[in-house]
Amino acid sequence: MRSLSSLVGGAAVILLAAGLYVGLVASPPDAFQGDYVRIMYVHVPSAFVAYLAVGTVFVASILYLWRGREVYDHVAHSAGELAALFTALALAGGMIWGKPVWGTWWTWDARLVTTAILFLIFAGYLLVRELAEDRRRGARLAAVIGIIGALDVPIIHYSVVWFRTLHQPASIVRGDIKMAPPMVTALMINLLAFALLYLYLLLQRVRLERLEAAGAAAGAES
Amino acid sequence: MMRRTRLLIAAVVVVAALIYVIIGGIRGAVVYYITPSELLAQAEQAREKTIRVGGRVVPGSKTWDPATQELRFRLTDGSATVAVQYHGAPPGLFTEGQGAIVEGSWDQAGVVRARSIIVKHSEEYAPPTPRP
Repeated sequence: MRSLSSLVGGAAVILLAAGLYVGLVASPPDAFQGDYVRIMYVHVPSAFVAYLAVGTVFVASILYLWRGREVYDHVAHSAGELAALFTALALAGGMIWGKPVWGTWWTWDARLVTTAILFLIFAGYLLVRELAEDRRRGARLAAVIGIIGALDVPIIHYSVVWFRTLHQPASIVRGDIKMAPPMVTALMINLLAFALLYLYLLLQRVRLERLEAAGAAAGAES
Repeated sequence: MMRRTRLLIAAVVVVAALIYVIIGGIRGAVVYYITPSELLAQAEQAREKTIRVGGRVVPGSKTWDPATQELRFRLTDGSATVAVQYHGAPPGLFTEGQGAIVEGSWDQAGVVRARSIIVKHSEEYAPPTPRP
């Protein structure tokens, strides 16, 4: 378990360094937006990892409610923290890009609104756990919030298709890539790097969660 | 107890923010902008109301007078075109032929008086083509 997480962490660091180089140096500027295009190499992977984290919460929460095993709750809680973190990063990166390119930090666009809602749902998810008097009750209530909250992800993803939005639709759709090849490469490296970073953080956080639970159990016995 | 109070305050902030975002989202997010054709089709109802119109900036239609700060251009969706007037400098990436969304009111003369201009970016990304 520990050697697996070290391996994943090492691979993540190497790929993040490569992603940084390719994103900032080796890839070309965009014809229309110039160097601002480089923000995409952080913004899109952040949103992608937020989706992964929410997906993890969804699956782990269902398993926890169904089977009741603590380990599923540890996974859900850890992924829930990462969901809030990476959704916030996606929003922040998007705003930093939006100001120079669109001319505004924020606007009431369907993609932006549904993403902000996702962040608030997971902020609430974490608060519910902390506020509950009984840890297990808090975990069950959070699991319900996590499962319902996860339904926001398909809404976010298809918001640019279902609604007429300011946010551009996806550039890479099966069989139709509206992005120059060096930019696709830079994006793919960063997507993989962020996915590995997510896996590493998740493994470490679950380990910490288990240690905490074991410590609490030992404290209750003595 | 202090910790619990802090958490409760945080919970109130999160719930308030969620309500705020949902209300703001319902008002603006389903149809972020209307096209020039849609604006002309509902011309009478839209008069003197706040509207958001999006389209492509007609090449050659942009005039900008730095002395009076008057920016004028036309927006098209291919079939209909509306004239836009704006007081202030165009945004940095504002380019003819590119997409733009303006927010403002639709006056009696049939001109959109924009209060803000947002540049719409397409999903296409490519390096600049070398100039001949």
